[in-house]
Amino acid sequence: MDAAVLIQRFPSARVLPSQDMPTVEIPASDLWAAVRFLRDEQSFDLLADLCGVEWKDRSARFGVVIHLLSTTQREYVRLHVPALGDCVPSVSSLHPGANWHEREAFDMFGITFTGHPDPRRILMWEAYPYHPLRKDFPLAGIEVPLPAADVAEVTGQTVEPAPMMGGPFVSLGGHFSEGEPSALDQSWNEEKPKA
Amino acid sequence: MKITKEISLGDVAARSEELRGENMILNMGPSHPATHGVLRLSLELDGDKVVKCDPVIGYLHRGDEKIAENMTYNQFVPYTDRLDYLAPLANNVAYAIAVEKLAGLKLPPRCEAIRVLCCEMARVSSHLLGIGVYAMDTGAWTVFMYTFNERERLYSLFEELTGARFTTSYTRIGGMTRDIPDGWLAKVSAFCDGVERTIDEVDKLLTRNGIFLERTEGIAPISKELALAYGLTGPNLRASGVPFDLRKDKPYSGYEQYEFDVPVGTKGDCFDRYLVRMEELRQSVRIIRQVIKVMPGGAWYAEDAKKIFLPPKEKVMTKMEELIQNFMLVTEGPQIPAGEVYFEAENPKGSLGFYIVSNGGGVPYRLRIRGPSFVSLSILPAIVPGNFLTDITAILGSLDFVMGECDR
Repeated sequence: MDAAVLIQRFPSARVLPSQDMPTVEIPASDLWAAVRFLRDEQSFDLLADLCGVEWKDRSARFGVVIHLLSTTQREYVRLHVPALGDCVPSVSSLHPGANWHEREAFDMFGITFTGHPDPRRILMWEAYPYHPLRKDFPLAGIEVPLPAADVAEVTGQTVEPAPMMGGPFVSLGGHFSEGEPSALDQSWNEEKPKA
Repeated sequence: MKITKEISLGDVAARSEELRGENMILNMGPSHPATHGVLRLSLELDGDKVVKCDPVIGYLHRGDEKIAENMTYNQFVPYTDRLDYLAPLANNVAYAIAVEKLAGLKLPPRCEAIRVLCCEMARVSSHLLGIGVYAMDTGAWTVFMYTFNERERLYSLFEELTGARFTTSYTRIGGMTRDIPDGWLAKVSAFCDGVERTIDEVDKLLTRNGIFLERTEGIAPISKELALAYGLTGPNLRASGVPFDLRKDKPYSGYEQYEFDVPVGTKGDCFDRYLVRMEELRQSVRIIRQVIKVMPGGAWYAEDAKKIFLPPKEKVMTKMEELIQNFMLVTEGPQIPAGEVYFEAENPKGSLGFYIVSNGGGVPYRLRIRGPSFVSLSILPAIVPGNFLTDITAILGSLDFVMGECDR
């Protein structure tokens, strides 16, 4: 399929440059119709993947990226959907397999899928207060109450952030360049003991 | 003694409300031998029949996608081992190909052939375990011992190839960690002879086994339409009658050179999923034999990718340019151009996909992992209700998932 077919049907869509497959940015309002058009008229019968992305240089902070696969034409198509006020329409009525992917995108980024049949968290527990894949969430994590409130009450324990040492990475933020991997924790060394 | 009062069907019907009782909520897992990891199924039961099934996942969530955003491309390779930890070699290869696709890198034929060999050996390893535990879950303990024997031999081969039995981390962006050792291919060849005998034995033990047939035939059939709607991939999709295999339909790493058949099921029930995996084992052995036969010589890594693959150690020690190159690669990571890529590889459990967004440099901006097990489990609420509680072990075994990849 050529991306032009989709543009012709949905004039509000826009072709994005891509090296591996036709890529189209489609506004959230047209998403459901576009996925149905691709499924019913263009044989994109399998939703391979749906994930959230936090963009740095786009007008919408969050976006959803959908990869559709045609098992008969043996090709992929990629849809970029900018979230409108952190909201994207759910496509799980067209592809039931999108249900869990959308729950994950909500869990990790806080993107709300309007019309989703089961809008719960999936990987984190239900009362978890953050969305960990957002760029402003630290890699080590943030201290939160234990998932089981009754256990937390008795033990006074919490879920602690990951220790800074022990891995080859740490998110200190700010002091290293874009192209550089995150550096090791320098807050302690041979002379200066660990706090 | 004579039964004086018989309850007629009419009585039962009249008293149906009274006899029904309440539905029971049963938690299966997160620590249960048949859930193959930390999966919890929240089941609503009407007697022995499942009315509702709600899988609860996330017990093994490590935040791999977050971790990936904070390290260089090569540093992430060991994390891919831990996705589908029953086939780490295949994960390594899928990840490396995804990043190389983003970098627009062409690999020499020897490297591609080694990778195909790795993928197929991983498939044999994963399917042997999958079938072994599937049989065990349905009551056939012996099969597990047969298949584990072969896996042990495979692990020894992996150890010789990669230095590790389990977490192999064998690939690097642009190549492998090392070339295959001398005489190793002959050992793989000998292993093929052995595993073919084992496959035949397992075939004799299971395929016409009355108990196994009773437990699997006609259980939880997944229609073609349902399988596609839920995005199933790999053996689970093919068992439902969709002849789609990425190795044939979107060939990567030179799969188009090898001859193999793609087994396809007809009914999509638990037994079909078993049959498809059995035949895939044979086809994998067939591919392995072909790779050994044609194993090309030459470089086993992309020699011209100076900004991506580490230079040979002896040159680092003696030459200035290579020393600087090595230093830059280790500190800044392989330099991958800006762009986005989505690559799926035909892994033992299904299509393992990597969606990578790069802003240039050595660290991915976003790395999304599409785990086939995550997708395979998402179909449970649709296929489990209506089955008996005892069928769940067979259904879970037939879907062949692994939680490391589901929870990431």
